[in-house]
Amino acid sequence: MHRGKGMKFVGDSRVPAERKPNIPKDYSEYPGKTEAFWPNFLLREWMVGAVFLIGFLVLTVAHPAPLETIADPTETGYVPLPDWYFLFLYQLLKYEFAAGPYTVMGAVVIPGVAFGALLLAPWLDGGKERRFYKRPIGTGLMILGVISIIFLTWESVDQHDWEAAEQQGQIQEDMEIDESAAGYEIYQTQDSCISCHGGDMMGGAAGPNIFESDYDTDEVIDIIQNGIGEMPGDQFEGSDEELETLAAFIANDGQDPDNGDGGDGGDDEDEDDGEENNDGEENEDAGDNEE
Amino acid sequence: MLQKVYDWVDERLDITPLWRDIADHEVPEHVNPAHHFSAFVYCFGGLTFFVVVIQILSGMFLTMYYVPDIIHAYESVYYLQNEVTHGMIVRGMHHWGASLVIVMMFLHTLRVFFTGSYKKPRELNWVVGVLLFFVILGLGFTGYLLPWDMKAYFATVVGLEIAEAAPFVGEFARVLLAGGDIIGAQTLARFFAIHVFFLPGALLGLLGAHFFMIRKQGISGPL
Repeated sequence: MHRGKGMKFVGDSRVPAERKPNIPKDYSEYPGKTEAFWPNFLLREWMVGAVFLIGFLVLTVAHPAPLETIADPTETGYVPLPDWYFLFLYQLLKYEFAAGPYTVMGAVVIPGVAFGALLLAPWLDGGKERRFYKRPIGTGLMILGVISIIFLTWESVDQHDWEAAEQQGQIQEDMEIDESAAGYEIYQTQDSCISCHGGDMMGGAAGPNIFESDYDTDEVIDIIQNGIGEMPGDQFEGSDEELETLAAFIANDGQDPDNGDGGDGGDDEDEDDGEENNDGEENEDAGDNEE
Repeated sequence: MLQKVYDWVDERLDITPLWRDIADHEVPEHVNPAHHFSAFVYCFGGLTFFVVVIQILSGMFLTMYYVPDIIHAYESVYYLQNEVTHGMIVRGMHHWGASLVIVMMFLHTLRVFFTGSYKKPRELNWVVGVLLFFVILGLGFTGYLLPWDMKAYFATVVGLEIAEAAPFVGEFARVLLAGGDIIGAQTLARFFAIHVFFLPGALLGLLGAHFFMIRKQGISGPL
């Protein structure tokens, strides 16, 4: 590089006027089968990245990101669970030596020592030897740490009630029932039905939401007449014709089957529109609750 | 044409030395899986960076729809998930990417540890790497609250209870993070700010230092 007297610059800048050609270095003099990062190695890295990305996208499409219902701080029964990579910490706090009066142990001391040691590893293990089998203490402690993390995560997953977790926090699909339908009017006269399933048919003291299960008209009639599970039969008061109208109304997800509005035989577009409206309404409700 | 543009810029800014520093360096045989397949363990760091880039890009797109307040946060995520074109995929990438980045970083840490690559003269790079580990865990923790659904809220409640258990600074740390005594509107706004501005800023700075040091020192030699 030219230095000192006689240096030329571009204009009045500090950029030297003398151009150097941009020719890659020759790696043949480096030891072994060395290759250039650009473009040889990066191209291969790029291909590994592409394969990785495909796997990643397949995972993304196969398992949509979960979303539960909007946060409700007044819900006291909710069993919380952190994301999986914090489970080992969460589990640690369940053991006697790290809970209650010793929470400081589980929350600060044990993780602090572990991560502090990780941070200071170069000074805790200051020897020149790099091979892991030549420095058994460091290697042993690291393996112990990894096994503890895997064990604690495993225990946490094992002890968590996944079935209960699946039930809680679900998004409730708000249904819109056609209250002008003949079936709905018939239902309103059935005190026995209402006493368990509620006046809005959405479930009540003893019975579930009527529309929860997917039965067709004949099955609904059969259930009303003969009962199912804890539900007794023969509670319906009215003619067979009324029974059939009610059953058709229930089987048609709360829409009047005679209107051709939704249902099995109805046109699908209407049904879709109905569902979207429901979503919108549900969101509004959720917002109202927050206010 | 491209060469002319390059020459035009190079004449004014002298970028060739910069370009040489960034791109033109050797990749030794012992880290190249094309020569020894077992060298794939050296890919984990690069893949961690790759997922971090995905996280930054997908996160940028998510903020186009996300609204960080307790009334609209959930609804905007719901809308993003169910109505926005490809919203489900972008949110899915950000969600699963968070897990992947931690897996890859964990593997990268183990590789560096078991090959003894953190030893002199690379101690500082190891420290920066562990700090990156903490930053990414922090991003995972703060990002988990943002959808403002049930599991997000209650996981944060538990997380802040754990923070509170720390002696002396616990109470302060909890109030600082939650923005008050209750976990609510302030908490969400704070977690959003931390997740989108503070921690990514720290992340980019530390990543810059990480890469600067690896270029300066070169990759550790074969065992």
